[in-house]
Amino acid sequence: MKSIKILERLLAAIPIMIGVAVLVFLFVRLTPGDPVDLMMGSAGSVSQEEVQALQEEFNLDKPLHTQLYLFLKNVARGDLGDSFTQREPVTNIIAGALPATIELAFGAAFFAVLFAIPIGVYSAVKQNSITDRLSMAFSFLGISMPAFWFGIILIIVFGVKLGWLPISGRLDYGFNFPSVTGLYLIDTVLARDWPAFKNAVLHLILPSIALGMQLLAILARVTRSSMLEVLRQDYVTLARAKGLREFIVIVKHALRNALIPTITVLGIQIGVLLGGNMIIETVFAWPGLGRLAVDSIFSRDFPLIQGVVMIYAFTYVIANLIVDILYTYINPKITL
Amino acid sequence: MPVTKMPDGLSEEITPGHPLIHLLQIKTKIFITDLMGFVRKLKHHPSALIGALLIIFFLVVAFFAPAVAPHDPFTGELSERLVAPSWLEGGSSQYVLGTDQQGRDLLSRIIYGARISLWVGFISVTISVLIGTLLGAAAGYFRGKLDIFLSRTADLLLAFPFLIFAVAVMSFLGPGLINLILALTFKGWVEFFRLVRGEMLSEKTKEYVEAAKANGQSNLRIILSEVLPNIIHTIIVLATLRMGFFIIMEASLSFLGLGIQPPDPAWGSMVNEGRQFMLNAWWLSTFPGAAILVLVLSINLFGEGLRDILDPRLKTE
Repeated sequence: MKSIKILERLLAAIPIMIGVAVLVFLFVRLTPGDPVDLMMGSAGSVSQEEVQALQEEFNLDKPLHTQLYLFLKNVARGDLGDSFTQREPVTNIIAGALPATIELAFGAAFFAVLFAIPIGVYSAVKQNSITDRLSMAFSFLGISMPAFWFGIILIIVFGVKLGWLPISGRLDYGFNFPSVTGLYLIDTVLARDWPAFKNAVLHLILPSIALGMQLLAILARVTRSSMLEVLRQDYVTLARAKGLREFIVIVKHALRNALIPTITVLGIQIGVLLGGNMIIETVFAWPGLGRLAVDSIFSRDFPLIQGVVMIYAFTYVIANLIVDILYTYINPKITL
Repeated sequence: MPVTKMPDGLSEEITPGHPLIHLLQIKTKIFITDLMGFVRKLKHHPSALIGALLIIFFLVVAFFAPAVAPHDPFTGELSERLVAPSWLEGGSSQYVLGTDQQGRDLLSRIIYGARISLWVGFISVTISVLIGTLLGAAAGYFRGKLDIFLSRTADLLLAFPFLIFAVAVMSFLGPGLINLILALTFKGWVEFFRLVRGEMLSEKTKEYVEAAKANGQSNLRIILSEVLPNIIHTIIVLATLRMGFFIIMEASLSFLGLGIQPPDPAWGSMVNEGRQFMLNAWWLSTFPGAAILVLVLSINLFGEGLRDILDPRLKTE
């Protein structure tokens, strides 16, 4: 029964993905002006042959519905065309940038969860204490803070004034280790190159904090409120009445159930991480997907823009799908 | 008070004592009582009150910017460039928050920047509310093919993270104020659509709607004067909370160089410009960003207060 529901969910995601591809296709076509002019805008003087080659490459000489059909066919085959500026398949460029973004997203999520759950639990247990009020005020601040500004403040304080941490890129020059996964933390461990590992970790700290802060704030609030609810339940009272230590009651009996909303919100907020990484990657010169997106926009590299936007949307849809499915396993009461 | 049937056309003369005038008077009285009650409740909600006062402060400053700002935000003395804030070494009492790379007064630019943030936030939320409410009400009330089409469109737009979508739209439309508002509303209406549609679906089954139908009222009238007043509070709360979000999105786009362009003093682009001088003039990025933080914080404080007061049901957390 469950597997049928999951299959239904998976199938329902397909029209959304096709819709995403159609919308991205229309973006370029509906932009006022000739697409070729737009695409060639940055290239300077262009010969007639080049224009023709471009028209053929993008099937611009064919009617719109044929263009759309060919575009979708290529996308389905994983062919997103070639970048104008880098003269390379868009898929290769994206694949090259993806590990940096994944590493940063995990860093941010790790930072957020690491602090959010203890803060949320402590606030709930000590409801209305000064610590509770302070941490809730702090999380309200986190929600209202523009990420790019927070990143810059971190750079000014910890990079420029104190000089504790590196403020740009993923690694200093001079390290050499084989790239296996593209995730530096894993690659350096595989190569047993500990100085490089340490260097990569240090580079990851500030961007992760900047990207994860909003998530931390949201998760702390959600954990607190669901903890408050769970602590009022009969089974918690029962556990206490049995004479269990308060710590055991809170962690084993209450927290396990309180974490369900936290996990859901974490999944939903993956979008925040995805949207935010554009900003944070720009601030910290982090060579990931977000930087790629911004760079491609300024160089008006349309195939690359299309590809990156599509990858973002696909990732988002898939992430939500995974959360939906995981959710049914964590909380059997929910049916899809 | 029996609801009088509206006259068809305006042929009937409306004199003092006319039922319509009477109705209007009662409605006004109810509105004023509601407002007073709201203000009273606000007094007992300190964080919302602080938020409201700060928003008023920002509005006043933005409106009277030419009178409040000590200097012209667009022109500066190059000889006075990168002057530190007045309390620091090398600071001048003439420039309280210091000057930027062109010698322009930072405080004056921040004051003028409030106009852009408030304006973009307000306009894009208003348009999103109007479109979202209209389409949501229609979809929830009439269902059918219209509902399917609009709901699928909403699902599709939700597949994009907000900033990515706005960035993509801006990259095709080009920078500028109008395009910025367009980019924000293209996706901004979806939240309101989903809210109003959902509310409409549940309200529609209630007895008062059945009664209005039996009474022979037109669909439009039922939607506008029967159902909408019941869900308007929820819409207002969401609109307030979304406004803070839209302001951050505007600032983010301007920060990336895709929104408001220099020399216009948008806070986001000021933070971006100041980035080049991070090493020796930290104030250039810090203060405009702090302004965004305080404005969004006050809007969110006020919004959460509104939610507690107007619509306790929404308090899910």
